Order: sequence, then C-alpha cells, then structure tokens
Amino acid sequence: MTRYITRRVALAVVVVAGVVILTFVIANVVPGDPAASWAGPHASAAQIARARQYLGLDQPLAVRIGEYFAGIVTGNWGTSIHTHRPVLSDIGTAAPATLELVIAALIIALLAGIPLGLAAARWPGRAIDHAIRVGSVLGVSMPVFWLALILQLVFAQRLRLLPVAGQYDPNLVFTHPLTARTQMAVIDSLISGNWAMLGSTLTHLILPALVVAAYPAGVIARMVRAQVLDTVGEAHVQMVRSLGFPERTVFGTFAMRLAWNPVASVLALVFAYSLVNTFLVESIFDWPGLGSYAAASVSTLDTPAIVGVTLFVALVYVAANLVVDLVQAALDPRIRLR
Amino acid sequence: MSGTWRLLRANPLMATGALISLLIVLVAVFAPLIVPYPADAGSATHPEMALQAPSMQHLFGTDQVGRDVFSRVLEGTRVSPVVAVFVLLIACLVGIPLGVVAGYFGGVADESVMRVTDIFLAFPPLLLALAFATALPANLTSLTIAIAITWWPWYTRLVRGQAASVAGRPYVEACRALGIPSWRILLRHVLPNSVTPVVVQVSLDVGGVILTASALSFLGLGAQDPTPDWGLMVAEGQNYFTTQWWLVTFPGLAILLTALAFSLLGDGLRDVLDPRRVLIR
Amino acid sequence: MKLEIRDLRVSFAGHSVASVPELTVDAGEIVGLAGESGSGKSMTILAVLGLAGTAGAAVTGSVRLDGQELIGLSDALLRAIRGRRIAAIFQSPALAFNPVFRVGAIVSRALRQHGLSAAQARERADAAMRSVLLSPDLLARYPAQLSGGQLQRVAIALALALRAEVLLADEPTSALDVTVQAEVLELLRELRDSRGMAILFVSHDLAVIAELCDRVAIMRAGEVVEQGPTGQVIAAPRHDYTRELLAAVPRLGQ
Repeated sequence: MTRYITRRVALAVVVVAGVVILTFVIANVVPGDPAASWAGPHASAAQIARARQYLGLDQPLAVRIGEYFAGIVTGNWGTSIHTHRPVLSDIGTAAPATLELVIAALIIALLAGIPLGLAAARWPGRAIDHAIRVGSVLGVSMPVFWLALILQLVFAQRLRLLPVAGQYDPNLVFTHPLTARTQMAVIDSLISGNWAMLGSTLTHLILPALVVAAYPAGVIARMVRAQVLDTVGEAHVQMVRSLGFPERTVFGTFAMRLAWNPVASVLALVFAYSLVNTFLVESIFDWPGLGSYAAASVSTLDTPAIVGVTLFVALVYVAANLVVDLVQAALDPRIRLR
Repeated sequence: MSGTWRLLRANPLMATGALISLLIVLVAVFAPLIVPYPADAGSATHPEMALQAPSMQHLFGTDQVGRDVFSRVLEGTRVSPVVAVFVLLIACLVGIPLGVVAGYFGGVADESVMRVTDIFLAFPPLLLALAFATALPANLTSLTIAIAITWWPWYTRLVRGQAASVAGRPYVEACRALGIPSWRILLRHVLPNSVTPVVVQVSLDVGGVILTASALSFLGLGAQDPTPDWGLMVAEGQNYFTTQWWLVTFPGLAILLTALAFSLLGDGLRDVLDPRRVLIR
Repeated sequence: MKLEIRDLRVSFAGHSVASVPELTVDAGEIVGLAGESGSGKSMTILAVLGLAGTAGAAVTGSVRLDGQELIGLSDALLRAIRGRRIAAIFQSPALAFNPVFRVGAIVSRALRQHGLSAAQARERADAAMRSVLLSPDLLARYPAQLSGGQLQRVAIALALALRAEVLLADEPTSALDVTVQAEVLELLRELRDSRGMAILFVSHDLAVIAELCDRVAIMRAGEVVEQGPTGQVIAAPRHDYTRELLAAVPRLGQ
C-alpha cells in the first residue's frame, strides 16, 4: 500500500510542476511584445528596452520560469489588474462560496444519479430505463448557462418559488447578521445557530446547485447503469441469487458495491467539471464565488487573475484525483493487491 | 444497407441521434438556401423590428437589433459545429500519432508522452481553453486553437492503450522478428485497431466541443457580433430574457439538441461497436 | 424422492434449449448429468432454482422438492428455498464470488438472510469451514486471495452451513487442477455419505462422472438421450452418443 501511495504522490508532484509551467506559458503567450505594450504606444526603443529589463523579460527563459515557480510556491501569484489585490487573496475570498455550491451540487447528483442508475440497470429495456437514459444524456448535453437562465426565469421570476439571485437575503444582514467563519454561508449559519439565515442560504442555494448538478447526475447515472449492467451477467450475481437474496439486495448491495469503483473514479472528474461550470453559472445567480471572479476577470482580460484561477483549479483537480485514487485503493482490494 | 437498417431499428435512441445529427449537417450545408432572412445572419440590422415575439414571419422572433432569430439559429449550424470539426481534426492529427508512438514503443517515449498528457489532462477542458482564449484575441480561430490544445490529450490516451495492447500481441512480435519496419506495423496493424474507439470518441466529443465553444462564446471569448454563434446569442439575449424569452431559449435549444444528438449517436455507436457484444447462441 | 424433475422444458423464444423427461435425485445419492458444453445442462440447474427467468428463458414442466412443486411457486417462497434447501456451486469459483466482498461477508449475509442471528451465523460458518478442512480465518479474505480449490470448498461450506438438502453442482471441478479436483470430489462424496445430501453433478467430463456418480443421465443438444446406474450405462451404453462420449475419454496407457 505504501508503495502505491508514494508512486501516486510522486506522479502528482510531476504533474503539478508541469501544470505550473503550462500556466507560465499561458501567462506569456500574449501575442505582441509585452514590454512594448507596457511602455506605451509612444515609447522609444530605449524605453521599451528598459521596460523589458524592468519586467524581467530579458532574463533567460529558465530564470524566468524559476522565478515564476518561486513566486507560486511562496504565495505570490501576481496582482489582479482589476481588483489591484494579490490574486491568491482574491481566490481565497471567493473559493469557499464556490466550494459550497459544488459540494451541494455533487450531493444532489449522487442522491439522484445512483438510485436512477440502479433502477435503469434493474429494468433494462423498459420505459423507466429509456427515460433515465435520455435524462442522463440530457444532463450531459445541457448547456449549463442556458439551464441556469431558464430555471431562473421559470422558478424565480415567473413562479416566484425560489429567490432570483445572491447567496442569502440581503435584508437579513440587519436583523440576523451572519458571522463569517468558514466563508461558506450555509455552514456558517449552521454553526452559529442563525436559523433565519440558514433558511435563506438554503433556499438561495437550491437553484444554482440544481443547475450545476445536472451534468454530474447524468454522468453518475450512466456510469452506475453501465457498471451494474456489465456485472449482471456475471457468475457472482447468479450465485448471490441462488442463495435466496431478493432482487433489490442483489442490485442494491452486491452489484452496487462494484459500481462504486467507476463512480469514485469519475468523482474527481465531475468535481473539476462542476467547478468550472460554476464559472458560467455564478454571475447569473450573483453567487460571490470563484466563478464570478473568473467571469469578471475574463471580461476585463485580467490575465494574472485568470492564470491564477486556472492554476488553482488545476491544482485542486490534481489533489482531488490523488485523494480519490488513494481512497479507491483503500476500498477496493483488487487495486491494492495489484 | 439492410444491416444498418436493422441496427437502427434495434437502437431507437441511437437512430434518433443519427437522424437529428444528419438533419443538423444538412441544415449547415444548405443553410444559405433555406434560411428566410440570410442577411440577418450577417451584418444587417433592422432596429425598427427589434424584440418582436415569435410569429409566422419570424418563427423565433427578432432580436435586440431586429434580426430574425430563426435565420440566425439556422446559420449557427455553420459556426460551433464547424469549430467542433476543426478542433477534433486537430486533436486527432496531433493526439493519435503521439498515442500510437507512445503505446507501441513504450519505455521513455511512452513515459514522457504520458506525463505531458497527464499535465494537460490536469485541466478540465473549459478551463484550459478559457485561459488560452483569454490570452489570444477573441475570435473563432483563437477559440478553435484554444479548445484543440485542451482536447488532443484524450485521443493520445485513448490510442495509447490500444497501441500498447496490440504491440504485445504474438503476431506483431512475429512481424518484428521478420524484420518488418516499425512504421509499416504501425500503419497496418496498430492503427486500424484503434479506429473503433476513436470513431466513438469523436462522435461523443462533438457535443462536448460544441458545449465548450458555446460556453466560451457566452463569456465573450469566441465568436463576436454579428457572427450567429449560439452561445453568443444567449449572452446577448441575457439582459432581455425576463420579457423576451425567445432570444435565449431558441439558441440554447439548438446547442442542447446538437449536443444531445451527437451524444446519442456516440453512445449508440459505442454499444454497437463494443467487441464484447458477441451473440451467444 | 428428494428431487424429482419431470417433463422439464426450458426454452428461449419458443426454441427449446433443455428437455428433461425424467430425472430424480434421492437423498444420499449423486446423480450425474453429462454432456458437452451447450447441451443444456446449466439451464437445467437454473430452472431447478427457478432462476431461468433471469436469463430470459421460459420453463414448463415439474420440479418437486420432497413432493412440493417448485415451478410456478411465488418468488418469496422460492427465495426461502434457494440456498436454504437447494444450494448451488458453480463452475468458476473465482468468478462466482463477488470480488469486492470478503468471502465471509457473503457467507454471513446469506445465513442471516435465512433467519440466523449474527452470532449463530458466525458459529455455523466456522463449523462448516472446518468440515471442508479450511481454517475459519480464511473467511476474512477476499476471493482474489484464495485459490480456486479453496473457493470451491468455501462454496461447499456455505451449502453446509445453510444445511441445504440438495446440492446442484454445475461443473464444479472443470476449472480446477486435477489434484484439487480429487479433493473436491472426495468432499462431495462425504456430503453424500455423512450428511445424506442429494447431489446433482453436472459435467462434460465423463471420467469424473464415472468415478463419482451413482446414476447418470446423458444430455445432448438439450435432450436427455440415456440414463441409468453409472456402471450399467458405461458397460452397456444404449445410445450412439453415449458410445461416442465414452470413446472420447482418454484412458491411461492409451
């Protein structure tokens, strides 16, 4: 087991190094001469040369990459052109809200996807199977930003069932102010016993979480269905039936445990995809997370901010993959024994 | 031909996907001929007809500068789907050779190619494309390049597995023993074996690329006005959405339908081409 | 008669894959069902268990356990019988156990499914493991950590722990080495002798059947073509097919 851990971690480190280099490339791929644009349109050749020196662009590539690396590791991820604050601190402020949204979405996706996938596998070829299959393909083919707008229009504006936008009702700030501890509104209101606020944060969370949950729910339902169907023909399923277990146990307990493996392996992926989907959804719902920050940075062409967010999400993805791999190895004996 | 017909009958979902995909391709090819207001897909504007609800003259209504939404949605089949075609073409041209080489030769080539692939795959597609697209000037070409850069690694990984398993087979070893040059082996034995999963993957990816491209256009990084890109149309219609619902609904439906059709097709192909589906008597 | 099969017909979409006009297994005897692969032997076993439906087949005829008709019985009643009164062991033991469960987990769940408490289940499981000459500690292992022979013995232990009266064995030794095979066959003989189990032993290997079974039925292309006491069938085969099968068995010194 330890061998497996060290191997995976070493791999992750290599990938992280590559990721940092790739973001360096992105940060510097801007066409045209950055020194010239820094110096201004009427700069002389000498001024441009000084600008180049100031920006460190005359240094050899290896040195520049080295300095970039050093900056990343020490927490200097550049300064946002738009907010004028360090990018890392901006990310730190915005990330928890997005994390809250993505986790809520994933919980919804698992709670919906797994039972639906099981049901589709249990009655293959019947109406329920077709409906679930179409549903999951819909979830996977859905343009997230469009779904957000449609749901917002229908449920918030027309039917007035749910709030239109924001993380919570701004009026509550006066009567039931929220003490920010984890920066995740739902958790904060929970731990401080702020029930009015909790209700508000939860109702505000529903719509955006549902939108983001569509894709992972579709993926998970399909995975579970495929995996369970795959195993259904296998001898061990027939063996368990021959022992007198009811069909729902045959599927729900025995076949399901085999399905956890592919679901877990895809969990990191859907986590990352959902994280990125929030870039499209947050500004529509005024959700103060990484997505709004990224969308704003894109519209202002705030390169340091965009590179910072890209690096952050990639690192989170690598970490998530690592965690999932290790947990999988811990749970599935076959991986450990390999 | 009858075999194909039977196939489609047995897989209604795949048949639906194939039919709609075909329809979309036909619309894209014949768009200039069937679109009712071809100028509206270009730079024409009719401010006096702005924001009209769907009617017989304008099936999907008109947008904020009076252009016929139906025409623009139809012409949109020539925008993101074409981006998808180019992206996947580049992804295959770059990714497949790399994967074949990595899988077949193994060793250092394999390790280095896979590490590079891992690095690119550490970024969810939209993210990397977004970062590149921001650095490049906003137009369809940059969009295509940005997405292609993030898409090629999937094909490398896909093909590498196939190549590696074929490389280990006894008949390939026999070829090597006979002194047949590697490139011949690659071409005649390794490559044909990889075709099936690539075809399935491409079909599935069309939807994914279209979603990514429209998302990036929605953010303003891809097509620019007046190009009738569906994502761009949704972004432009956002502000009017509460009252003029047709501006956002129809372009978005187009994205959904296209992605759905190709996904169903790809799913069906995967089921059908799965070598394990051997009919046991 | 413990197990009586009469006019059993298993068919897929109207096409018959197994037809058994008469086959009986009494307590304390091992009856062999011999034939090539695809002759319908495995489907017969599934039909007895009432599981032919899960493979998409239709079943007509009669299967009686101690006189009780099983065909057409409600699912709930069939489930009470499966495992508890009629147990089955399968061809590839490595594939018959769910790979992500410890074998002991499957055993204890099965026992609890049939009404035992956790403590009783553990006791019975341990005792059964010792009966098949395996250490109860092996129950904590995953299938991948046990050999084919060990897994097959765990499967037999499971039937023992459940106190099954009938054992349906579908090619239980085909995937095992010859030496391990002998051990498993010995175990089956012991089940017959000391526990009085009625065992239906399905195999394509006529040599094994000749060695183990008291009576044998020969199946070909889904039809039973001959049956009778083993010695008699082997010494004086009446059907051409039986003669072919016998001729195909490799003999030492040939």
